[in-house]
Amino acid sequence: MNDQPIIEAVDLCIDYRLNKRWLNAIQSVSLTINPLEIHGLVGESGSGKSTLALALMRYLAPNARIPQGRILFEGEDLIPKTTAEMREIWGSQINLVPQDALASLNPAYRIGEQIAEITRLHKGLSKPEAWDRAVEMLRRVRIADPEAVARRHPHQLSGGMQQRVTIAMALSTQPRLLILDEPTTSLDVTTEAVILDLFRDLIRDNEAAALYVSHDLGVVAQLCDRVTVMYGGEVMASTPVIEMYQRPLHPYTISLLASLPRPTEGAETRLPTIDGVAPSLAERPHGCVFAPRCPVALDKCFDEKPPLEHIRDSAGTSRLIKCHRWREIDDGTLAIATTPVQAEASAPPGQHYVLKARDLDITFEKPKLWDRITRKQKKAVHAVDDVSLSIRARSTLGLVGESGSGKTSLARIIVGLYTADDGEIELLDLPLSLDLHERSREALSELQMVFQNPNDALNPYRTVGNALARTINRLVTTDMSQAAIQRRVYELLNLVRLTPQYATRYPAELSGGEKQRVAIARAFAANPALVIADEPTSALDVSVQSVILNLLKDLRAQEGASYLFISHNLSAVSYLADWIIVMYLGHIVEEGTQEQVYNVPSHPYTEALLSAIPNPDPTVEQGEIRLDGEVPSARRIPSGCRFHTRCPRKIGAICEDETPPWRDAGDEHFIRCHIPIEELIALQQTKPDAQPQPVAQAED
Amino acid sequence: MARYLLRRIVLLLITLLITSVVIFALTQLLPGDVARLILGREAQPQALEDLRLELGLNDPIPMQYVNWLSGFVTGDWGTSFTSGNPPIRPLVLERVGNSLLLAFYALAISIPLAIFLGVLAGLNENKWIDNVISVVSLSVVGLPEFVTGLVLINVFALGLGWFPASATAPADATFGEMLSQLTLPAITATFVLLAYVVRMTRAGMIDELKKPYVRTVTLKGLPRRQVIVKHVLRNALLPTITVIAISFGWLIGGLIVIENVFSYPGLGRLLTAAVERKDIPLLQASVMVIVFFFALANLIADLLYALLNPRIRLE
Amino acid sequence: MTSANVSYDVPVQPSALTQIRRTLFTTLRKLSRRPLSLVGLVIVLVFIFLAIFGPNIAPYRFDELIRGATRQPPSELYLFGTDRLGRDVFSRVLWGAREIIALPAIATALSVLFGATIGLFAGYFGGWIDEVISRFLDGLLAIPALVLALVMLGTIGPSSFGIVVVIVILYTPIVARVIRSATLNMRALGFIEAAKLRSESTAYILFREILPGVLPALVVESALRFSYAIFLTASLGFLGLGVQPPSPDWGRMVNEARETFAQTPWELWAPAAAIALLVIGVNLLSDGLRSIFRYEGQLV
Repeated sequence: MNDQPIIEAVDLCIDYRLNKRWLNAIQSVSLTINPLEIHGLVGESGSGKSTLALALMRYLAPNARIPQGRILFEGEDLIPKTTAEMREIWGSQINLVPQDALASLNPAYRIGEQIAEITRLHKGLSKPEAWDRAVEMLRRVRIADPEAVARRHPHQLSGGMQQRVTIAMALSTQPRLLILDEPTTSLDVTTEAVILDLFRDLIRDNEAAALYVSHDLGVVAQLCDRVTVMYGGEVMASTPVIEMYQRPLHPYTISLLASLPRPTEGAETRLPTIDGVAPSLAERPHGCVFAPRCPVALDKCFDEKPPLEHIRDSAGTSRLIKCHRWREIDDGTLAIATTPVQAEASAPPGQHYVLKARDLDITFEKPKLWDRITRKQKKAVHAVDDVSLSIRARSTLGLVGESGSGKTSLARIIVGLYTADDGEIELLDLPLSLDLHERSREALSELQMVFQNPNDALNPYRTVGNALARTINRLVTTDMSQAAIQRRVYELLNLVRLTPQYATRYPAELSGGEKQRVAIARAFAANPALVIADEPTSALDVSVQSVILNLLKDLRAQEGASYLFISHNLSAVSYLADWIIVMYLGHIVEEGTQEQVYNVPSHPYTEALLSAIPNPDPTVEQGEIRLDGEVPSARRIPSGCRFHTRCPRKIGAICEDETPPWRDAGDEHFIRCHIPIEELIALQQTKPDAQPQPVAQAED
Repeated sequence: MARYLLRRIVLLLITLLITSVVIFALTQLLPGDVARLILGREAQPQALEDLRLELGLNDPIPMQYVNWLSGFVTGDWGTSFTSGNPPIRPLVLERVGNSLLLAFYALAISIPLAIFLGVLAGLNENKWIDNVISVVSLSVVGLPEFVTGLVLINVFALGLGWFPASATAPADATFGEMLSQLTLPAITATFVLLAYVVRMTRAGMIDELKKPYVRTVTLKGLPRRQVIVKHVLRNALLPTITVIAISFGWLIGGLIVIENVFSYPGLGRLLTAAVERKDIPLLQASVMVIVFFFALANLIADLLYALLNPRIRLE
Repeated sequence: MTSANVSYDVPVQPSALTQIRRTLFTTLRKLSRRPLSLVGLVIVLVFIFLAIFGPNIAPYRFDELIRGATRQPPSELYLFGTDRLGRDVFSRVLWGAREIIALPAIATALSVLFGATIGLFAGYFGGWIDEVISRFLDGLLAIPALVLALVMLGTIGPSSFGIVVVIVILYTPIVARVIRSATLNMRALGFIEAAKLRSESTAYILFREILPGVLPALVVESALRFSYAIFLTASLGFLGLGVQPPSPDWGRMVNEARETFAQTPWELWAPAAAIALLVIGVNLLSDGLRSIFRYEGQLV
């Protein structure tokens, strides 16, 4: 094996033409990927990471150009090549594993045909040979019945299976370089963990190199050898993965890592944050692109762009870095605060409950008349089944589960956007109607919601001030003077750290994080007792997420509200929640305090969820529990214990036949499992032998 | 798939039933006494009463509807009000044949042409060729048929003398003569269809080209031609099937005008004549036949769409 | 951070009138930047001008028989010539502009009004209301538009009122369907749900929260409907079911002129060209609106 890099970008720039102007999207970027290396490319949205990754294949949007730089693929410059010449390389030397697997497969052709197409083209295989090879490739990505799957169409496969197909396709010509563009972003955490294990093995087997693009520092830490961090279209740093996490030298990397919520964070802490927002394409500063948000920026940083230097740090590690002050950071004379800040203690959770819900139940898509006439066997979706929960004053109840667990339906039942089929809710010890229209104004003002997607949380045709004023008017009082309402609007904006000028702005003028702040301000307009936050940070970038999480924590202390905080991100939940409930297929499977749920004993499902979290520290081994298959459809809920089809700790027929009992693990920690608590503790303290099994296609 | 087919056929029948009610109800709005309309002003009261009895005009209206519908379904389409009271069925069926002939001729010209132009425009989005195709199809081709028809007659029939100005289609005309007679009407019909189908095909093409799988296929190293022909067209033309079915409604409307412009003995001209003479049984029968063929076209398009679309076929 | 007692005198929300004026202004500016849309806009404005002032400009009344001037070819005196009865074709075309524009315009406005309201309700509530409207629409769409128009006008008798009624019946469900699906897409958005959570009335949610969002679709659909309505009105005129004599109808003028085409071709060409120009103008304009609002629609 020689030392020549597989691919090397040298001083590469990419421009986009927007509104008849060329804007610089990628600025003098250098990147080297060596043989056998898995190279991580991380950055937030708009950092240019996907543009760069595709540009390495010399694939550009129609309105893009490369004004300068070289892309050396095994020593040969790709830029002067014609598209016809590139076609020899595409699909045979450099292959792409795309982000959205379903959309990236042609809906009209069978899986097998689509994989076969690439080997017929580049390996000259005949049709039957190529088909056999496709089936073989599907087997290699551990698909249980590859012959059958090859004959299916993309829409008949689950998300995880579709992603396996795209990697099978990309590997079928044994490329020298694999480019993986956020391939697990749209998957659930348990599926993601399985797919990442698979990628790790397959990329090693392929004996080439890979570029893994991701916004998730945890995934990169667990998978990659070397990491390049991008921000605002520029490379900030490039380092071996261990050094990146243990001794970051760039202020952006340092702050970004510090802002990640981690499990087991104390209740009275605040995450370090990065202020401000990433610059848009048209507004990039001419100095250091990170200077406006950098905690240690000097005047020089605003005036002069630092060079991308190839350095050897004090420990002798070879790195790329783009910062005027890396030497000070390296020799320890400049420190950037990274430890969570101890905040003033807020009042502890109260003893009384703000909300008690009993036996909530909802079913969607009940068979209609037409289905009965045509005798269509249409199963109803039992989304929330017999769920009870209670939330104490000034506390946060975390609700976790994968997509399809029913957590969002449960939240919507409580605020009244869905009317439950059955159950009871008490708000502040008063019975609350399940039907939104029958709830009093007082009840509505005590119970507010923050939505998942900040982009549609605000009416695009109304100013921020109008949105807040309307809510005050409707929910607080109707006889408030215009001036008093206006004062309250400014108060609310101040509460979420926005200046009064924001009152006259339209949502289109706000960043995602700012919109979410306004949405939070709206939820607090009427001094609610309980705010339901449905994945409030999942649509936001990492650096913005910590700001919102801190804000929610502060508001709980200041305003004395409680939260029902819903998330698939267990780290974010652990940062905020006092109590946690875990849902699977419409059932609660475990409930307890944050410490109880995150530690032994756990329900096997909780255990698997925790095990699947990619830890943003490469020295911490990821848990080894992996779940087979994917969440079954809520139309076909498995008998007995709903989790038995995927449970790594299934004990036998009893799991398939009988609904498991609630087991008391002490101190109001409950687990719904057939395994007795003592046995669970014993089991979970020893590691299970995890053998990857081929997965069968989930039937739906 | 079998269930899908069954469902579609049931829906077709329901649609026909609803439209039959609509049509029957509409024709009941007609002011005046039908019996007097048939027998004329000087008819004897007794004769009028006899005719009313015979036609069932004294029955309650729902009863009349049921009688009319059952007659229609069993092939008894009644007689026309016009002199001689000819039976309607052979008349309508003969005209249907003529209209279908013209319709197929028009479709045979317009569909391939429209798809070709739409694909061409879509592949060259916002380039000059796309702009030319868009503007021409928008302006010239979007004109009412009687304007384009008259222009064509004046240029190609009266001016250049290449084709006859009217298409009376004598029964003994040879195929070549018929083709020559039908060319101008068919081209006129093509114009209207073209505008709509080109526009929708172009939009479908542009949408499809933006989908991520096109990038995947390109980055497999497939030549551009294969990317377009094998992958993009396969999906982009699917919605065009539905578009063609919808534009069949336009074609029917267009044929009514065109048959009048070219004096062509089709169903459209029969219909306008029936309206003019307030010939209700003829009107009802012609409209029902038109609706039937329109619904049939939609059914065929739906089935074709389902067959070519694995998402529906494999349900 | 500024303290909360700083007072800002800017009103938090500009008035609806200001917003509408602003939108109208930017739309017109964008239209005028596209050469073809500008052409369309100018054509439509000229025809609207003629529809209003045509009779004042026309040298003769539409039914005025000019003695000794039958079948005159176009000349300085008779711009488009005269017909077999000695009527000035130019004047007749000017007089006819009013109905070919006014009837479709009124009918389109009513269809949009009814259709938008029905569509908002159907899209927002779903359920059986939606079901009933969808089925009704399917039934109506099963009959080709011109056929239904013929049957209706044939039975109730041709009249200006009849034409408006027919177009409204034909187009209301189509507009309703467009607005229904736009509303359906908005129904689950966060800001609509937030409005529910502060117990806003249905009318408020429909007309204050949703309507502004579906307005782009409504504008484009109105322009399209208007152009189809002109097309239909002209075709009905040609088939003799348009505005009844003696008032001049362009479609009927074309039809009648066919008989005397050999002697007075101008009698046919003048109204035909007027129809063609009007249709082209409206089509160009609606195409411009389409691309403008599609562009904006993606932004919001």
